[in-house]
Amino acid sequence: MTGTPHHPEEPVQRPAPAPPGVEPFLFEGLSPRDHEAAHPDAGDGTTAGEGPADTPQRAWQRLLRAGSPRATRANVFAMLLAGGLGFAIIAQVHQTSLEGLENLREDELVRIFADTDQNGEQLAEEIRGLQSSLELLKSQSTNEAEAQRAARERLDALGILAGTVPATGPGIVLTITDPDNKVDAPIILDTVQELRAAGAEAIQIGDVRVVAGTWFADTDQGLSVSGVEVKPPYVIKAIGDANTLAGAMEIPGGVTATVRRAGGDTDVQIEDEVTVDALLTQTSPQYARPVPTSTP
Amino acid sequence: MIPAIGLSLGIIIGLLLQPAVPVWLQPYLPIAVIAALDAVFGAVRAILDGIFDDKVFVVSFLSNVVVAAFIVFLGDKLGVGSQLSTGVVVVLGVRIFSNVAAIRRHLFDA
Repeated sequence: MTGTPHHPEEPVQRPAPAPPGVEPFLFEGLSPRDHEAAHPDAGDGTTAGEGPADTPQRAWQRLLRAGSPRATRANVFAMLLAGGLGFAIIAQVHQTSLEGLENLREDELVRIFADTDQNGEQLAEEIRGLQSSLELLKSQSTNEAEAQRAARERLDALGILAGTVPATGPGIVLTITDPDNKVDAPIILDTVQELRAAGAEAIQIGDVRVVAGTWFADTDQGLSVSGVEVKPPYVIKAIGDANTLAGAMEIPGGVTATVRRAGGDTDVQIEDEVTVDALLTQTSPQYARPVPTSTP
Repeated sequence: MIPAIGLSLGIIIGLLLQPAVPVWLQPYLPIAVIAALDAVFGAVRAILDGIFDDKVFVVSFLSNVVVAAFIVFLGDKLGVGSQLSTGVVVVLGVRIFSNVAAIRRHLFDA
């Protein structure tokens, strides 16, 4: 605290430092700023011969002595200022960590905005893609269910036609008695034709289903329907419009008349529920193949 | 030692209080902190050079802080606040580095 004015250049020419005993109090009026200004390159390896060039031991001693607890004004001020500095550092760090978008510069905000924008676009794109695939899957599953339903209906129709599934519905039960064994295969065939012409959808004779490939032949005691022996009385079940079927049996010169001429008799029962439950086992055609059709 | 204790004390108080920086101070505090750090390193170097003066230290500390804040304030008013802040930080950073180099040379002879 000598306060002696010094020229800024002085420290360069200053000789060796003062004796250690008085060193802490040998304060110059030169501020660190001035010193710095006088030696902008003082830290660049040119300090070998400079004034206060101590050995490291003495430098440490000096530093410790300056920082040792003494109730001087210097220490009080230093402590206060250092405390304020620490407080300010923490406050600033805290503030920086709290900072949201409000303190960012314009270009940073623009960058963040563009970033967010791009992100949103990407997400929207993703949403669109997912939605379209959702629609696709939905329509596919609907189509699939539709196709399955259609296929099942078709299977049922074909099964009834081919005689592989039992069928039930309104229709007639036609019983032909044949005491003289005169009702032969052509008459039964005519009866079947007549029933088909009247719209019968499923027919069975005795325990044999009548389908496209059914044939009739005469045997000694009755009929052979597709190779199965059927004996009188012949019970023919037909599903279709009951009244039409019954009427078809009664037309002049029709089935009833023919059977009567052969010495037999017919009995037509109209029923709401006729069950045709004789089945054929499905056989794959050995030679015939479907003609390939161009599928859409 | 005393200044180090003061610094730790300040840090601890800051951690405990979790102070909110007033809005009007927010642009200036970071620069002021850097300026104060520069003053502190300058003081340490002055001690090692044997030219430390507590009065000069206090004045230079305060004037550093005030001038730094004033430069930022002026820059804000002139519309070059961020550029001027960068400039101040660069200058103070250079000074801090050169001071630390001198301190290192004193203490470690290297």
